[in-house]
Amino acid sequence: MNQRTLIPFFRLAFYVTAPLLLLGLAAIWLVSSDPLKSLSSATPPIENITFERVVLDDEGIHLKIRASGSEPMVIAQVQVDDAYWAFKQTPSGPLPRMSSAEIDIPYPWVEGDAIALLLVSNTGATFAHEIEVAVPTLTGQSGRFRIQALVGGFVGVLPVVIGMLFFPLLVRLRAEGMRFVLSLTLGMLAFLLIDVLGEAFEFAAKTTAGFQGAIMVWLVVLVSCLGLIAIGRRDGAPSALAVAFFISLGIGLHNLGEGLAIGAALASGGTALGTFLILGFTIHNVTEGIAIAAPLTKNRPHLIVFAGLALLAGSPAILGIWLGSYAIAPQWAAMAMAVGAGAVLQVIFEVGLLTRKDGVFTLDRYQLGGLVMGIAFMYFTGMAIKV
Amino acid sequence: MHPLLQKLVGRRSLLTGGAVLAGTTLAGSNSALAQEVPAKPKPMTGMSGHRGQMITVGNVGLDVNSFDPSELLTDWDSGVVTQAADGTNIRTFEVIAEDRDIEIAPGVIFPAWTFNGRVPGPTLRATEGDRLRIVFKNFGSHPHSMHFHGIHSAAMDGLDGSGLIDPGEEFIYEFTAKPFGCHLYHCHAFPLRAHMHKGMYGAFIVDPDPAKHPEFQDVAASRLLGSPENKRWQELVMVMNGFDTNFDGANEFYAVNTVAHHYMKNPIRIEKSRPVRIYLVNATEFDPINSLHLHANFFDYYDHGTTLTPTQKTVDTIMQCQAQRGILEFSFADHDPGKYMFHAHQSEFAELGWMSLLDVVDA
Repeated sequence: MNQRTLIPFFRLAFYVTAPLLLLGLAAIWLVSSDPLKSLSSATPPIENITFERVVLDDEGIHLKIRASGSEPMVIAQVQVDDAYWAFKQTPSGPLPRMSSAEIDIPYPWVEGDAIALLLVSNTGATFAHEIEVAVPTLTGQSGRFRIQALVGGFVGVLPVVIGMLFFPLLVRLRAEGMRFVLSLTLGMLAFLLIDVLGEAFEFAAKTTAGFQGAIMVWLVVLVSCLGLIAIGRRDGAPSALAVAFFISLGIGLHNLGEGLAIGAALASGGTALGTFLILGFTIHNVTEGIAIAAPLTKNRPHLIVFAGLALLAGSPAILGIWLGSYAIAPQWAAMAMAVGAGAVLQVIFEVGLLTRKDGVFTLDRYQLGGLVMGIAFMYFTGMAIKV
Repeated sequence: MHPLLQKLVGRRSLLTGGAVLAGTTLAGSNSALAQEVPAKPKPMTGMSGHRGQMITVGNVGLDVNSFDPSELLTDWDSGVVTQAADGTNIRTFEVIAEDRDIEIAPGVIFPAWTFNGRVPGPTLRATEGDRLRIVFKNFGSHPHSMHFHGIHSAAMDGLDGSGLIDPGEEFIYEFTAKPFGCHLYHCHAFPLRAHMHKGMYGAFIVDPDPAKHPEFQDVAASRLLGSPENKRWQELVMVMNGFDTNFDGANEFYAVNTVAHHYMKNPIRIEKSRPVRIYLVNATEFDPINSLHLHANFFDYYDHGTTLTPTQKTVDTIMQCQAQRGILEFSFADHDPGKYMFHAHQSEFAELGWMSLLDVVDA
């Protein structure tokens, strides 16, 4: 490297490092001089604990907690139902901001009772968590897996297959009928989007403050939606099969969310999920199959393709039930729901483009009727399952 | 969770109905659904015994605290005695109010206001008829006072104008020790509740003068600290208290002499041949009453300690309202040696720390 290229190189290096150097100096000054000391001399540190998972088994109660204090937090004692109980924390010691730990309490809990948990920190601050109904957590028992898969099949796979059976009818539709069906799909997707977003925010609200739950959800929705559009359109407009694939993916992620909720209910309430409720979910989700089949009327793909799409859309419900029954940490559930919302949003975009007439957006009576029907069907079947 | 599912979780009975209906709607899967009903939990084999786990974890040492509850039991502050011209004893105590962090349970630090750096404050012990001089200095961050449960002039009451002093000030309370009994003192600055539960209380014991009670001279002598009759007795002072650590107006920790479960982990040694006398004071804030129940034995109780005959004979449980106190007398002479429990019989208080053991030994 000669003199002539060396000087611009150093200059460039300086332009990169100078701002970072200033940031570093500011950080050193702030930490070493602690100018905020005078503001906080008497105020106690902010302490917060999030309960991410509660597992009950024959060894007692097992908690996964996450700390989000302004300083490392110390769990000094643990109360169960207004009594101090011996417990073991792993890893032991103070919990820095955003770190998690397992707390094992050998407590002879009584099935069916409510249990009030209270963690006491070294400053005497308390963090409560209520187990509404104590039942053994279903974790990794093969017998449970089978029944959970069965429930998942009923709420996920079966309705998609039933919906797809409308395909021979769809192929025979004229242009107006097709616009109606595509709009019906859009209406259904709009319902799913709102539903899955609602779930995402519900989980996000249970996360530690540091995860910035609501912002995280929006960002994941945006990134996954744009990412999927980019993947689908890397070579121009996606093919009909690709649109069907993405609809299946979006619905699959939504069904994962439904599975999580059902799994959590199974885990905390035994057979809390009544048979009628499962049947309700099956009917509620029938339009999903129609939605997947709708873009494929001109292709008439092989039966194997339909089977693959049905599995992609339906089987995540089974996975969701497994995960949900193991009491998945809320930030992961929120993230999965947000990806689902992003995927549904992408599908709304693509299907929306399909409804154009000669490249122009229209909203004729068939389309309006389809939209309203789609939303209404989802809403009213939803009403039936919301006991 | 799905709101509808959440609702269902709380209604398990409804679900059983759902499972029955499975027969009509999903005949094929009925048996599979029935299996989903969770089996009765197996015996909790993973737990190392079903007992003895209900306790705070760890120990409270002298890292934070300047006092050891085991020593506090018998730590009498008799002051400094001088003779007045007329021959009466003048007993002078020094008490300092100061802010101090104390460890009330393993790892739990409470920002207390203290008398002499400890909670409960020093056990002031005098003899009936003494002239008392309590030199009180306020080194704390708030106005404080010493309000004695005893007989004294309005000017010595520990209220505004009678000994409630600002930080940095000093006041000398002067009065005659009477009536004999088991009493207490506490700060009477307002808000009273805050000053009480921050730790500003202590026992104030006035021993009877045997010369003044000819009809019960031996009983009075047995209560007079340092007399030959008194030496037989094992005397213990216990102040029942509680701490609200999260400002919700209810105590998170209960104890006798401050440290939750201290005497469970460090049982109080009792020689079975010697009778036991407990000076019990209730300084619990927030809860109207506290109690003491002794296992496997009965005791005589002297409410307020102001009589030389028991006010309740042969009881094993007594209760005290806030600031009530009394003397318990019992013997383990005819018992087997071993650990004998005593605790508040409000189960909640016991399980939150007010649970203790006597270790009765052959001696």
